[in-house]
Amino acid sequence: MAEKIRKQKNSKERASTEDAVEAKVSSKGEKLKADLDDLLDEIDEVLETNAEDFVKSYVQKGGE
Amino acid sequence: MSIAKVLGIETEYGIIATGVDSSPVTSSSLLINSYVSRFDGTIGWDFDAERPGSDARGFSLDDVFPQDIEMNMVNTVLTNGARYYVDHAHPEVSTPECRTASEAVLFDRAGEEIVRQSMDAAKRVLPAGAELVAYKNNSDGKGNSYGCHENYLVSRSTPFGELAALITTHFVTRQVFCGAGKVGSEFEGMPSSSVAFQLSQRADFFEEEIGLETTLKRPIINTRDEPHCDPMKYRRLHVIVGDANMSEVATFLKLGTTAILLAMIEDAQLDSSLVLATPVAAIRHISHDPTLRQKVLLDSGKTFTALELQDALCERAERYAQKFGLESVGEEDGKLILRRWREVIEGLKEDPMSMRHVIDWVAKKQIVDGMSKRHNLQPTDSRLKAIDLQYHDMRADKCLALRANLETMINVEDALLATTTPPDTTRAYFRGMCLKKWPTDVVAANWDSIVFDIGREPLRRVPMMEPLRGTRQMTENLIAQSSTPAELVAGLGDQVSISSFKPTN
Repeated sequence: MAEKIRKQKNSKERASTEDAVEAKVSSKGEKLKADLDDLLDEIDEVLETNAEDFVKSYVQKGGE
Repeated sequence: MSIAKVLGIETEYGIIATGVDSSPVTSSSLLINSYVSRFDGTIGWDFDAERPGSDARGFSLDDVFPQDIEMNMVNTVLTNGARYYVDHAHPEVSTPECRTASEAVLFDRAGEEIVRQSMDAAKRVLPAGAELVAYKNNSDGKGNSYGCHENYLVSRSTPFGELAALITTHFVTRQVFCGAGKVGSEFEGMPSSSVAFQLSQRADFFEEEIGLETTLKRPIINTRDEPHCDPMKYRRLHVIVGDANMSEVATFLKLGTTAILLAMIEDAQLDSSLVLATPVAAIRHISHDPTLRQKVLLDSGKTFTALELQDALCERAERYAQKFGLESVGEEDGKLILRRWREVIEGLKEDPMSMRHVIDWVAKKQIVDGMSKRHNLQPTDSRLKAIDLQYHDMRADKCLALRANLETMINVEDALLATTTPPDTTRAYFRGMCLKKWPTDVVAANWDSIVFDIGREPLRRVPMMEPLRGTRQMTENLIAQSSTPAELVAGLGDQVSISSFKPTN
C-alpha cells in the first residue's frame, strides 16, 4: 500500500515536472517567436520600399 | 616550428550612388577622397615593391600586366596603418597587419566605421538628396563578385604544394560557420531560382583548385607570391575564397581557425586523410544545402558532410593545442578560438537556427524565412533579394545585420579609436605613428617601407621587412625622442636607405 502511494506520488511528481519543462519549452518557444516578430516588424519598417527597383539597380563590376 | 601568424583582411565594398549619376570608379574615389580630405596631407602609396603577378609556383606575369593602370586612382595610407584605396571599381580597406585574430576583428570593424564616416563625408559634398552607399558583401546577385581576402604570414620553409593541399578542406567546409548567406544561385548555367538560399556569397564563383587569378576562373587556393616582407623567410598566404562577414564572431572564427590550421601544417600536424577528391564541386554543393546534410567525397573514397569535416579538423586542432600550445596565434586568443569553434560545430549539429546570433547565413536565413512566411512571398520575390543585399548595407539606419541581434566582440568606442590608432603589436605601429607625427614629411608608404622627406635630398627609405619589428615596444621611445624625421632617420642608422620614389603629383 505504502509503496503504491509512493509510486503514485512519483508519477504525479514526474507529471508535474514534465509539465514544468513543457511550459518552459513552450514559453521559450513563445519568446523566440515574439523576438522574431519584433525583428520582422523592424525589417518591414526599414526594408527598401521599392524592392524590385532596388534589386535591379544594384549592379557591381567584378572586383579583386 | 610554426611562426607567428601575423594576419589581416582586405575588404572590397560594393558601392552605389543614388540621386546622382556616377560611375563606380568615380563613386569609389569620391568616397575615399571625402574621408581623407578631412585630414591634413594625403599620403601616397609606394608601388615600388608591388609584384601581384608573382606566382608562388615560381614564375612572374609582371612583365605581361603592367601595374600603372591603377596609378592614378586614389590610394592612401591611414594613421591606423591601414590602406584605403580604389581597387578596380570598388572602395577597399586593407586592415593593418595584426598579431591575433581578435585584433584583426577590431581593425575590420574600424574599417566599417571608416566607410561609414566616408559615406557621411561624401553626403556633405554631394547635391542635396544624393548619397553614396557601400555594402559589405561579395556579389550583386547578377554574377558579379568582389572579394574579401585574408592574409596570413607563413614560413617559406613549408612547401607551398603541401600547404595548399592540406588547407583546401578547410577553405571548402568552413563556410558552415563563416558563410554570409545568399538568396538564389549565381553559378553559371544554373537558374538563380534553383537554389532558394545558400550558405556562401562566393562559392558560386570558384572554378579552379589552385591558380594566380583573382577575377576570372577564381581558384580556391590563390598562388600570388607577394610576401611584402623578407621573401627568403616568409610567404603571405593570400586567401580569396572567403565571404565578408557582418558577424564579428564569424570574422574571428574565419581568421582564427585558419591561422591555427596553418600553424599545424607548419608543424606537420595535419595529415592528408581529410583531403577532398573534388573541392571545386564540393564548395558549391555544400553552399547550396543549408540543411548541412550534403556529403562530399574524400580522396580516401569516404564521404562526409562539411560539418563532420569541421568536427574532425577542430578535434585535430584541440589535440595539437595540447601538444604544441598556441603561441603562434597567441595563447589567449587561441583558447578562445578553439572554444568558439567547438561551440558553433556543436550548435550547428543540434540545430543550425540556434547559431543565429553568431553565423551570418543563419541570421540572414531567419529573416528571409520569416518574411517569406509573414508576407506569403514566392521564392523569386524581389523583397527576398532586397533583404539579402540590405543585410550588408553600411548605413546604420538601413543595415539589417545590425538589427539581427548578432553577438559583438568589439565595442564602438574601441572601433572608433582604431580608425586612427594602429595596433601595438606589428610594424603597422611604426607606419601609423610616423604618419600621425609627421603627416607632411612621410611622402609615401607601403606594407614594407616608409619614405621620408628629411628636408634635404635625397628621400630616405626605411625598409620594414620584418612584420614583427616596428612594434610599440620597439619604436615608441625612438619616435617620441625624435622631433623631426631627420632625427628619426639618424636614430635608425644604417637601416635606412636612399629612396628612388618619385611623387606622381
